Amino acid sequence: METKKVDTHGLQNIVGDENIREATEDDAIDGIRPSLVVEPGSAEETSEVLKFARSEGLAVSPRGGGTKMGWGNPPRAADIVLSLSRMNEVIEHVPGDQVVRVRAGAKLSYVQQTLFRENQMIALDPPYPDATVGGVIASNDSGPRRYKYNTVRDLIIGTTVVLADGTIAKSGGKVVKNVAGYDFGKLFAGSLGTLGVIVEANFRLHPLPESARTVAVEVGSYEAAQGAAHAVVHSQVEPTAVELHWDGDKKLVSVLLESIPEGVEAKEELAHVLLKPFGEVRTLNDDEYDDLGPVPRPSGGNGEVAVKLSAPPAELASTMEIVLGAAERRGVKARLRGHAATAIVFAGLSGGEGSIAEVVEEAREIMVRRGGSVVVREAPESFKTKVDAWGPAGDHLALSRALKDKFDAAGTLNPGRFIGGI
Amino acid sequence: MERSNLIRTMEGILGEPGVIHEREQLRTYECDGLMNYRVIPDLVVLPETAEQVQSIVKVCYEEGIPFVARGSGTGLSGGALPVESGLLIVMSRMRRIIEVDLENLRMVVEPGVINLWVTNEVAPEGYYYAPDPASQSVSSIGGNLAENSGGVHCLKYGFTTNHVMGAEIVLADGTMVNVGGGKAPDAPGYELLGAFVGSEGTLGIATKITLRLMRKPESVRTLLAAFEDTEEAGGAVSGIIGAGIIPAAIEMMDRLTLEAVEKTVKPGFPDANAVLIVELDGPEDEVASQFDKVEKICEDSKASEIRIAESDDQRALFWKGRKAAFGAMGSVANDYYVQDAVVPRTELGAVLKKIDNLSEEYGLRVANVFHAGDGNLHPLVLYDNDVEGEAKRAEDLAGAIVFACLDHGGSLTGEHGIGEDKKKYMPKMFTDEDMDTMQLLRCAFDPHHLCNPGKIFPTPRLCGERPGPFKMHPLQKAGLVEQF
Repeated sequence: METKKVDTHGLQNIVGDENIREATEDDAIDGIRPSLVVEPGSAEETSEVLKFARSEGLAVSPRGGGTKMGWGNPPRAADIVLSLSRMNEVIEHVPGDQVVRVRAGAKLSYVQQTLFRENQMIALDPPYPDATVGGVIASNDSGPRRYKYNTVRDLIIGTTVVLADGTIAKSGGKVVKNVAGYDFGKLFAGSLGTLGVIVEANFRLHPLPESARTVAVEVGSYEAAQGAAHAVVHSQVEPTAVELHWDGDKKLVSVLLESIPEGVEAKEELAHVLLKPFGEVRTLNDDEYDDLGPVPRPSGGNGEVAVKLSAPPAELASTMEIVLGAAERRGVKARLRGHAATAIVFAGLSGGEGSIAEVVEEAREIMVRRGGSVVVREAPESFKTKVDAWGPAGDHLALSRALKDKFDAAGTLNPGRFIGGI
Repeated sequence: MERSNLIRTMEGILGEPGVIHEREQLRTYECDGLMNYRVIPDLVVLPETAEQVQSIVKVCYEEGIPFVARGSGTGLSGGALPVESGLLIVMSRMRRIIEVDLENLRMVVEPGVINLWVTNEVAPEGYYYAPDPASQSVSSIGGNLAENSGGVHCLKYGFTTNHVMGAEIVLADGTMVNVGGGKAPDAPGYELLGAFVGSEGTLGIATKITLRLMRKPESVRTLLAAFEDTEEAGGAVSGIIGAGIIPAAIEMMDRLTLEAVEKTVKPGFPDANAVLIVELDGPEDEVASQFDKVEKICEDSKASEIRIAESDDQRALFWKGRKAAFGAMGSVANDYYVQDAVVPRTELGAVLKKIDNLSEEYGLRVANVFHAGDGNLHPLVLYDNDVEGEAKRAEDLAGAIVFACLDHGGSLTGEHGIGEDKKKYMPKMFTDEDMDTMQLLRCAFDPHHLCNPGKIFPTPRLCGERPGPFKMHPLQKAGLVEQF
């Protein structure tokens, strides 16, 4: 695909020479190499950059840490990468209010370090250490702790966004409880930069748990994995996360239990009792926790295709069976990690590209019929030309298109990367 | 369309009993829980199925008739206030529980289902639905969805929006869409459900709603602590939160509120200037240990008395006293104005002081009862409608209180919504750009401004669509809106 030659003068006037550079191979999005990387330093500069791009008919890809640029479909065009990396401060943290305000280009891990000092956290634990707050919002990424704390949409309490026409708009505020006006924080969660550029976000915070244990059970079958997750979820142990590991010989369900020191042992004991019927149970030591704890999940690379499957929780076993069965029949190697209690399964698929595509299509056909979804997260460019990243959009596609049309009629922002060609 | 024609068309869809058109009967629906605003709707229709809702809305779309959906009519911001020459679609006949799916911790209901019925349905199996607005025994799930209702336990468990997994929505043109997936998490696409919940009935009408159910906690402990003044009680609140404890609820009542509830439901609360109710829930050992800490913090904050609920009955009595607070105001004043605003928790003390000063300045008493944990204030401005000018003064004072909250970094409303009541205040919190951007969302969902028009935004803007099937919007005709 051709990218447009950009006249840089207009941009230099906005952000200054030193904040514009030519894009390299590393800036490519699914093989499409933009012309420039521009780094505005404020919401106002972001607004001017977007106005300029729109008037010149240039396509803009907002970027935070750049950890998830492979998500979504290949863009129809990408001329400018709009990097938020200069907008990276924590604006305000009031521990007594349990609220933090940050600029969107701040790395989540950096924000967390700041909050940890006051024994607080944004209760989000997505896997990429370099991910920025804005990127996590735009991708709606999450981690194991979502079982207890839910996802971005549930933790974000205010946003400032810049629309494609340069409008700077805020919604929400810096109080946790607030129903004044429409809530963009939620709307922008998972919108993959297609509605506007998030420049500032406010989050509610949670206290850091004082102590934790991870109890794991070796499971021999899909049913045992589902059974173990079910037993924990329907008990009163109140786990923080319930994770599935299914990779070669490693087949287990691990349960993260967090509490105060006085409460964690009882939780651990109860978890042992609950999990016993499903296999050998043990509390993980620190070394094992590093391996089996919340973070690693298949994330593509080396030709591996990373897929996210989502199902009703009571269909965890059949979800595993669908993807592993389809893979086995085609000689595709599959490893799984997932949030067992929410039935979100990440599959890393490696093998022949055509075979992997068949696995994804087959799994998608069944999962969608059952009310779930299969989304391709990371894959080589060649794979993405074969398989749509998102799958069917459901009956709200026309509404979603109308929304995109209202927010970005010219199609300046990330054209083509989102669902249904948005 | 002629009114008589419209009546016939609606009767064709709903049958005669589903259409109310006699003026006297229509008056029943002229306001919701906020009685300062009254508008008699042109017609009231009572659909029983989603398809009927769809048919009604399609007629409205084709004829350019604005409509307002109403649940139980308990809203406190005029969100369900009818529009003149418009239809009021009352959802209270859609009251079926469609599916109870404990395996997946979800329940599918129609919008007219009463909040409390959801918990009652699954309580015997040890499950519940978390959002518990004070109106929960009468308010409907559809209304809760529209308002993103909170309740006393949202400090720990969040609001309606955090407990809704999916919704079937009839859009303003009669199209039906399913948002949020409902069965599986993380449905791909825009987070339309998050945008819809709390949109105060302006983006469409939910006809089927999937709710998240939760397992009941193992242990619940509740205490009541009395203090010399609200500042000391506020100190205890800060202490509890500062200790990393998230109680299920922390509620505060001041002297005037305590007097009122003592006159009515007689919970036998201590004679004090401020009372806190603190509830913890969760696994037993965790709760037991944290409960001791809370008790200690209250003692250190000079609580004059601490009572611990020793039984479910006693806990129920504590809560009865709290939940009766609004209604009890009738015993200490002829009339009262319920305000709802939010401040950052650390600003509570300063704002309460300001409210005291304002109360003095306006010469009207203000009772304070609030969700102290999340800074959601409910000042009740007491007045006498028979005294000339007092009603106006009460409204002005209530407004001044909200502005004080905004000055301290707060919000216009924590749970009652903007509706009709507070749209005039929106520019104090949001810029024109903010509100115009919000209305882009409205334009995508309802380009012709038919669905609960005139609410939330002081200046509704039409969306630059070419005129639809009808020529001029009634709001436009009345000079109430400008083209966007």
